[in-house]
Amino acid sequence: MELAIHNIIGEKLQTLLGDQYEGKHLEYDFMVYHIHKSKIAEALELLKTDADLNFHFLTTLCASHFPENKGAEFVMMYQLHNMYQNVRIRIKTQLPENELSLPSITQLWPSANWMERQEYDFFGINFEGHPDLRRILNMDEMNYFPLRKEYRMEDAGRDDKDDKFFGR
Amino acid sequence: MVDIKPEYKPEGLEGAGYFATTLSKAVGLARANSLWPLPFATSCCGIEFMATMASHYDLARFGSERLSFSPRQADLLMVMGTISKKLGPVLRQVYEQMAEPKWVLSMGACASTGGIFDTYSVLQGIDRIMPVDVYIPGCPPRPEQVLEGILKIQELAKNEDIRRRHSPEYKAMLANYGLE
Amino acid sequence: MPIPFDASNLLSPAQIRQAEWDALGYNTINLGPTHPATHGIFQNILQMDGEIIRHAEPTIGYIHRAFEKLAEHRPYNQIAPITDRLNYCSSPINNMGWHMTVEKLIGCQVPKRADYMRVIIMELSRIADHIICTTIIGQDTGATTGFLYFFQMREKIYEIFEGLCGARLTTNIGRIGGMEREFTQDVWKKLETFMTEFPVALAEFRDLVERNRIFMDRTINCGPISADRALAYGFTGPNLRAAGIDYDVRVAQPYSSYEDFDFAIPVGANGDTYDRFMVRIEEMVESFSIIQQAMSKMPEGPIHADVPAFYLPEKQEVYSKMEALIYHFKIVMGEMDVPKGEVYHAVEGGNGELGFYLISDGGRTPYRLHFRRPCFIFYQAYPEMITGTMLSDAILTLSSLNVIAGELDA
Repeated sequence: MELAIHNIIGEKLQTLLGDQYEGKHLEYDFMVYHIHKSKIAEALELLKTDADLNFHFLTTLCASHFPENKGAEFVMMYQLHNMYQNVRIRIKTQLPENELSLPSITQLWPSANWMERQEYDFFGINFEGHPDLRRILNMDEMNYFPLRKEYRMEDAGRDDKDDKFFGR
Repeated sequence: MVDIKPEYKPEGLEGAGYFATTLSKAVGLARANSLWPLPFATSCCGIEFMATMASHYDLARFGSERLSFSPRQADLLMVMGTISKKLGPVLRQVYEQMAEPKWVLSMGACASTGGIFDTYSVLQGIDRIMPVDVYIPGCPPRPEQVLEGILKIQELAKNEDIRRRHSPEYKAMLANYGLE
Repeated sequence: MPIPFDASNLLSPAQIRQAEWDALGYNTINLGPTHPATHGIFQNILQMDGEIIRHAEPTIGYIHRAFEKLAEHRPYNQIAPITDRLNYCSSPINNMGWHMTVEKLIGCQVPKRADYMRVIIMELSRIADHIICTTIIGQDTGATTGFLYFFQMREKIYEIFEGLCGARLTTNIGRIGGMEREFTQDVWKKLETFMTEFPVALAEFRDLVERNRIFMDRTINCGPISADRALAYGFTGPNLRAAGIDYDVRVAQPYSSYEDFDFAIPVGANGDTYDRFMVRIEEMVESFSIIQQAMSKMPEGPIHADVPAFYLPEKQEVYSKMEALIYHFKIVMGEMDVPKGEVYHAVEGGNGELGFYLISDGGRTPYRLHFRRPCFIFYQAYPEMITGTMLSDAILTLSSLNVIAGELDA
């Protein structure tokens, strides 16, 4: 792994964001950068447009739910890729449950459109400025966000699964 | 002259130059060997159905090579693959559009019971929304199993009374599913 | 807390602009969800100006099976069967990708022989995947003959998979830590027969379709996408390479000893249907060469790493040794000791970069598993690609993108 570019990224993020840049650490083969949620759009824009960094490809993004972690129940992850230098990084930001909103990055990467819709569908994260924030995989009529930890995997309305047969 | 022996012949009276049987049997014979399937292929099972249709297994040997993509002309609805709750109404509409007589073949574990996908989004078996004639187990079933499923449907078609679809029992069964 | 259902804010952009289009005299056509020409469950609401598509509004999720939620409730070794059903045209690649993700998490080094066996299996399934896509492009342009002839090769690959694991399509080949068994003599024999028959069949298929005047007229400049747009839309795999970008996960981040093999990355120039078709054809040639190299260079040695906590012991040992019995019980009951951490591992699937993002909290199931599904990401570009083209080109573009519904909706 080339550490030089990671130092540059760290410095540039530090100058742009100041305190909102919350450090980096190595997680297996990925360098993970922690950024405060208020500055996530600026940080991603810098990473994409800066000529030295040039993270031009959004590999994926996803949210995850940690209900025990009070004050930061949701974590949003973005994975960027610089194909020229073949460097991948991961950006993470934490979201409290009562303020579930992030700026949409569809302006930077059109591919984020459906990915953000999917995370809205699963977790209910509100992406501000998204052109069409509706459910994408589930039915529009669904009234909960199924991937949150408090919801069961099975359909809540099932009556044919008698617990006594399943030993639960 | 070649002595032609039909593989299947319904029961009936036979003599020199004639063969008499019931109308149901004669109609059933015709129906059974020219089933037009409507492939409602959603996922993995659809790929196995493609293998069944292709040259190696050759569904055409059983008179079902003419796929009818319009429900109006189809006799057999082949439901292959996972049916989610979002897709359920679509499938039901397709079924309602088909003209009688119609048969339904549920191919694979997902269509029959929901399979391994016991989740919030998957319909746990299409028999919750429509009557099913033949289930093919497997995830996905082998093409041989699909062929056997079609043969079972043919068996049903051969032995069906032509008045069955007008009987009160049949109507009551449809009413169970909320169909008319 | 459940949110109340409010139907008023559910209007799609197409529904909002419907009146505007009606005023222009456009016809609204509902293509799908069950349309004979779309191979799978895809719905597109098209606004047609005569034969020209002016706007397309895709709806997906018709076979959403909640893989990500399901994976949170299953032990690590029971997730491989779910991955089978992601891109079901090339299940083994998904299986291997998942096994490698867990191997990365637990820090396990797979022996070379297992790597090479995996490479053979993955390349076979890549060929199988591309056979589906190329023959379906042929089918949609009217060249059904190609489908009928070339699909037989897929049957041969199925037979090899059957010898390996007993299943044809949803294979669940491999285990965390290596392969579950050696290739049998029969598998080697079938593989060798395949290696002699495949070039002939491929040449035959190429002769039928590749330079066919009708086929070329029909596919060249059909549904093109530029390299910039392709990258912006997150294209990977053959569809990105058809647009001219030589990005291949096998080369960029080699896994499973891909660095040992010598192969080229075919690229296209225009990103149109013909390029996507040709890239896949050329990739089959490359995959064939990789299999050849792997077969000739196949090293001797064990077929799995020494990770008794994850790899099921031999049945013989389960009956005779206590440790083996304990491990067997723990693995079967899903009680594995997994370190905490999060990993991302990507493999080059049939359609592009298939990534697994796994968060482990040390429990018996993944805390969160996110699939980076290439189809889901690049299918977003479809409306843009078909706007301004004819309806029949839209069908062809869809089949040349090789969107697999299972991977799209997860």
